[in-house]
Parts: sequence; C-alpha cells; structure tokens
Amino acid sequence: MNKPLLPTDLQPDDGIQLYEAQKKIYPQSVSGTFRRIKWYLMAFCLGVYYLLPFVRWNRGLGAPDQAVLIDLPNSRFYFFFIELWPQEIYYFTGLLIVAAVTLFLMNSLGGRVWCGYLCPQTVWTDLFFTVERMIEGDRRERMKKAAEGFTLQRGAELVLKHSIWLLIAWWTGGAWVLYFSDAPTLMKELVTFQAPMIAYIWIGILTCTTYLLAGFMREQVCVYMCPWPRIQAALTDEWALNVTYKYDRGETRTSLKKAAQLRARGETVGDCVDCNQCVAVCPTGIDIRDGAQLDCIQCGLCIDACDSVMKKVGRETRLIGYDNDINIHRRMEGKPEIFKPVRSRTLVYSALILGIGAIMTYALLTRSLLDVNVLHDRNPLAVRLSDGSIRNGYTMRFLNKRGFDRVVAVDVEGPPNAVVHIIGTDSITPDRPMIILGRDATTELRVLVTSNTEADLPKSMPVTFHVTDIGLGEVTSTKDVFVTPETR
Amino acid sequence: MAEHHEGEIDKVSGRTTTGHEWDGIQELNTPLPRWWILTFYACIIWSIGYWIVYPSWPLVQGYLPGLLHSSSRADVAVELANLDAVRGGKMKALATTPLADIEKDPALLAMARAKGKVVFGDNCAPCHGSGAAGAKGFPNLNDDDWLWGGSLEQIMQTIQYGARSGNDEGHQGQMLAFGQSGTLTKEQIVTVANYVRSLSGLSTRPGVDLAAGKTIFEENCVACHGDNAKGNQELGAPNLTDKIWLYGSDEATIIETVTNGRAGVMPAWTGRLDLATIKAMAVYVHSLGGGK
Ligand code: SF4
Ligand code: SF4
Repeated sequence: MNKPLLPTDLQPDDGIQLYEAQKKIYPQSVSGTFRRIKWYLMAFCLGVYYLLPFVRWNRGLGAPDQAVLIDLPNSRFYFFFIELWPQEIYYFTGLLIVAAVTLFLMNSLGGRVWCGYLCPQTVWTDLFFTVERMIEGDRRERMKKAAEGFTLQRGAELVLKHSIWLLIAWWTGGAWVLYFSDAPTLMKELVTFQAPMIAYIWIGILTCTTYLLAGFMREQVCVYMCPWPRIQAALTDEWALNVTYKYDRGETRTSLKKAAQLRARGETVGDCVDCNQCVAVCPTGIDIRDGAQLDCIQCGLCIDACDSVMKKVGRETRLIGYDNDINIHRRMEGKPEIFKPVRSRTLVYSALILGIGAIMTYALLTRSLLDVNVLHDRNPLAVRLSDGSIRNGYTMRFLNKRGFDRVVAVDVEGPPNAVVHIIGTDSITPDRPMIILGRDATTELRVLVTSNTEADLPKSMPVTFHVTDIGLGEVTSTKDVFVTPETR
Repeated sequence: MAEHHEGEIDKVSGRTTTGHEWDGIQELNTPLPRWWILTFYACIIWSIGYWIVYPSWPLVQGYLPGLLHSSSRADVAVELANLDAVRGGKMKALATTPLADIEKDPALLAMARAKGKVVFGDNCAPCHGSGAAGAKGFPNLNDDDWLWGGSLEQIMQTIQYGARSGNDEGHQGQMLAFGQSGTLTKEQIVTVANYVRSLSGLSTRPGVDLAAGKTIFEENCVACHGDNAKGNQELGAPNLTDKIWLYGSDEATIIETVTNGRAGVMPAWTGRLDLATIKAMAVYVHSLGGGK
C-alpha cells in the first residue's frame, strides 16, 4: 500500500478521518503471457457458466434431460450420469473438502492463483474492464475523460457502457436460474412472462450484485470484503511462488537515461527504469515494488507489463515474476535459485486430494441404485408368540433410484427358520414377500421376522435382509440384529 | 492503560495515529472505505425500520405490535389450518373406507399407521407402553395372543367399547375370585394352579396331584376357559395352553389370580375419539404384527 516514508517526509495529515473515499483506478491494457492465459481462462469459465444449462443428457423417459440440473421441487441433483438424492449430500461435502484442499495446494504452489485467474469476482471484473476499455478507451483516455467533465459524447459512452454492463449482469442472473429448471422451457417462459416469480427475483438479485460488484466495487471486494486474502496469508509459506518484484535485481531504480550514464561510468544500477508500467496495469492499483501485500490478487499483469518494458530496454525479462523471498536472498548471497514444488506440505495436500477423490469416486461408482435401510423396533425389541416362536419388528425403507418401477423380493437369513412378512403386501410365493417400488421414490414398510425354533437363541444375533430386484437380479443386502425376548 | 496523544505520526507507515495507545502499542488511523461506512449507516436505518414494522418493544401488557402486526403464533395457526385442509380429504377417506380395505391401499395404510401411531402414543401408551409391548396385566399388542380377538373388526370393537369399561357394548367377562368366595380351598388352588402350568408345558411342584387338579379345573374353569383350556374370546378368557401370560406364569402369580380373580379395565374410546381416529388406531394396532 503506502510506500514507507522516511521520518523527514512525515507530515501530519488532516487528522482523524471517518472514512476514506474510493480511489478510482484506471488499469491500462496489457498483453503478454499471463494476459493470454487470463483470456483463455475467462473464455473457458464464462463459456461453462453460460452454456452448461443447455447441454442435454438423455436419462430416459420421464426424467429430465438437462445435463446439470438442481431440481429443488423433487429434491434431486443431476450432473451428467450422476443423480443424487438429498441424503447423498455428503458427496457435496466431499467435493467441498476436495475444493478446499485444492485451494490449499494451489496456494502452497503459486500463492493466490485462484484470486488472479479463476475467482468469479476477477473474471467478471475483467470482463467489465474490457467493455469499459472498448467504449471509453485505454487508461490515458479514460483519465482524461474523467477529468474533462461531461460532454454529450461522454454521456452517450456512459449510457452504452452501463447498458452493456447491465446486459451482461442480467444474463449472468438469467444463466443462474437456468440451472434450477429445464433451460429451454424456462427461457421461453421468461420471455413470455410466464416464469415463476422466484426466477425473476433471482435474476434481479444476481443482476444487481454482478453490476455492483464487477462494475463498481471491483478491487474493493478483494481488499475489504473477501476473507480469502486473510486466510491465504496463513496458508502461504516461504516456498510459495508469488508475484514478486525482484528488488535484488531492480534496485537501485533510476530512469533509463540516468541508468545508461551510470553504467557507462561502470557503476551498478538496478534494472527497474521506474516507468510505473507495473502500477498502471494493476487492477487493484498497487505498486508491487512495495513488496508482497494483501491487495495484490496475483493476476500477473504487472509481469507482462514489466516484461515488455524490459524487452524494449534490452534487459532480461522477469524483473517481476513468480518468485519467492528465499530466492531473493539467495541471489543476493550469490547462490543459485531453487524452486521446490515438492515439499511435505504439497505432498500432504496432493495425497489428501487423491485420497478423498478416490474414496468419492469409488463410493459414487459402487453406490447402489436400490437402497434399503432397516430400523429395528425399539419397543418392544422382541415378541414371543403363543406357540413360543420369536418375532422381531422392523421398519424398512426402500429407495428406488432408477427411473422405472421395480418389483423386489425380500428374503431373510440368520435366525433359524426365519420367515418374513411385510404388512400391506401380498406374498406371491409363500414367505417371500414381493413389493412394487415406484420409480425414483421411497417406500416405507413394516417388516416382521419370525423365528420358530426349539433351540435357545442367543440374546441377540445378526439377521441379513436380501432385497432382490426380480427383473434385474440386482441384490442389495443389509444387516441388523434379531433379539430374543426375556421370558415373562 | 489507554493514553491520548492526538495526531502523532507513526514512523514506519507514515500514517497518523488515532492518539490511542495501549501499553506502548499505538492505533493507526486507517479509515474504512466510504461505501463501508455508508452500508453500516444504511443497516442502522434499516434496523430502525424493523422496529417500526415488526413487533419490537415489550410493554407492561403485551408488546408493541408493529405496523405489520406480524405474529409467529398466528402464522403457525394458519399453517395448521392449511395442513388440516390438506389432510381433510384423507381423514374423510379413512372414515368412509371399510376397515378391511384400508390395508389394501398403500397410501391410506401409511396414513392410518402414522396417524394411529401418534394417537396411540397420546392415549394408549400409558397402559400398553409406547411400543404397545404391554406390561404385567396390560396385554402386549405385538404378539398373536388376543383376549378379545385380533381381527381388525375385533380390535376396532375393543377400542370402541372397551372391556369392563362401564359401556354397555363393551366386553364384560371376568376372572372369578375362587379363593375369596370360598369356592376353592387353599390346597385346591395350589393343585389347580400347578395343573394349569402343566397345560403349557411348565414344570410343576413335586408331589402335586395333577389328576386332582384336572378334576378341579373341569368342575370350575372349563365354563370360561373351555374343555381344552384354549380360552374363549367371547368372554375374554385367555388361552391357558400357550406361552403367553398376561399376569405371569409362575406358580405364586397363578395362585394369586385364582384366589383373587382379575378384572383389568380397558376404557371405551368411542365418544372420546372420532371414528376415523379410532379406525386409524385399529389399523395401527393390527399392523403391529399381532393382528389376525
Ligand atoms: S501487483 Fe501485479 S499481480 Fe498483483 S494485482 Fe497488481 S498487477 Fe496483479
Ligand atoms: S514495469 Fe518494471 S521497470 Fe517499470 S516500474 Fe515496474 S518494475 Fe520498474
């Protein structure tokens, strides 16, 4: 932020202020490696966000054919070949954990790369900057126009800029709601004003937030509102590569002319020609030469700016580059640079990501599309019948996650001579109840297991329920206990 | 200690301080952005709006209702009324569907079981237990032994009118007090009690004359419990040959039963609960597993 001042520079300012007005920033356009990476990533992120709702995925008759759909009324989440039920929300938990650890990993490798390249705030602000630049011109022009005050042409420009901004913002909100309903249908409803109120409300909210955050708040979001810069400070270590001004190489900075004179006299000067290009392009308006700071979103644009200057003045590029403090000190001591992406920290993060990812993938691929939950009666635990046989009651919940009705049969295994009966169902074969499970639905039934034996049974023994899909042969088994009552 | 040094300048950052100092640590003057302050003020104004619009201050009696007169209690009442409206149809269906057909309709069965479970918990659990497992003297409704019959109709009948409940249509039978009335002597009671235990395969006291017990039984008990001691559901006389004992199967308990008699009361629920509710309860009890 503020450059350290020498004590002699210090002048008391106007005393205590209650607030600080936002400094308007006019970032200059720039081209180079990192700008190019940012263009590609922007195109990719926006493309995915705006177009994904229109991707179709055939799930058979009666099921939605939208590849990514959050179906709130029916509490289902569809993601390509995956259909998740509400009780499978732990997949999202897993996904969030993986995402968090991935951020940690990114952080330990390349600092706030998320902030600089992928964060929605960055992407949309960048998009809005692009529009601004196309209409109002680059940094100098914009500054000049701002200073000159109002003309008719300026008014027209502003109207045009804000209209395009609003259009983008509106379409951002529009794309958002498409994830919650069949996109083509909702599009039609939206334009014919048939869509549910809630859709318009959400579009309104997201239009406002996008317009406000990307058009006006910009770097203020990163500096004042976002907690991530604070958190990442705790996550980063001395090995992480951050956008760094190599002051060992740049200092003492001096003008190009002066530098040439000094060099001619055989004196050593730094490579920085104090052209301020790195400051001019910075979207948060800071001077990276002041060192690592919270306001830097690590977008790498100052690297591109400085590189082009360095090429022009015929010095080596990457005076600003992804580097760390360790190397600055090593170079000053005349030692070679070292980079160590493989460290215990990154290894642990990678292992965590791979581990959790593998567990999740395994769970997802092997998850059953016919779930059976059994709940043993708690009171009474067991009942003795008049002929001395023992019966246990259970509540069984069947979840048919397939898109068609299924007929399943229930068998039990465990207690001697076990016979199963399900209230409200007819057994087709004796003692083998058949149940019709509605498609994509849950069925809850009361199940009685009776064991008729002369032998003394243990207090509690395992019982296994096998639920067999008659058509598909798919078998789901689940275990519980079979309890023997105390004799009264 | 907080000390005050107005307008000093921090040498490192070049910023003025607020003049506050704690143990040598000075507070820098780092103003917040304007929008932040404005948002803060806007929130304060918004919260004042809340005071005016929503209930806020407690008064001596009640509270300030606010312009909207909003009340969570009233909201709940509306929600409950809506729920009743939604369920109304199903309750009507429950009342009109013949008892035997309820279990054939999965939706109605689920509804009846859910409803019955709640009503059972409110009304029947004190005697029969929350899971209907019963207790000494209170039948277990999960087993397959029924004093007054375990068909849906019979269960319904028992719930409606009870047993020895004072309702004219209720069940009336009772176990006589053979000892108190002097019909049987103490020895005779011990003898017959052991005979009864032998009926369901339980051990008997050595030296007891079971043949004599049989004779006593035939003379005094078959009228209610039947020739083969299988009981009589008309009279609520239990089956004495099975493994289920309402009051207990040990010798002392049976002697007590024969001496003093038994007359547990099942209240009549008709008039206290409506027909649909009683039906739901009957279906629930039947589905517990004991129903015939
Ligand atoms: S200092 Fe450089 S990397 Fe940091 S925000 Fe500014 S331009 Fe981007
Ligand atoms: S762009 Fe490079 S040369 Fe120019 S001021 Fe920044 S660091 Fe120095």
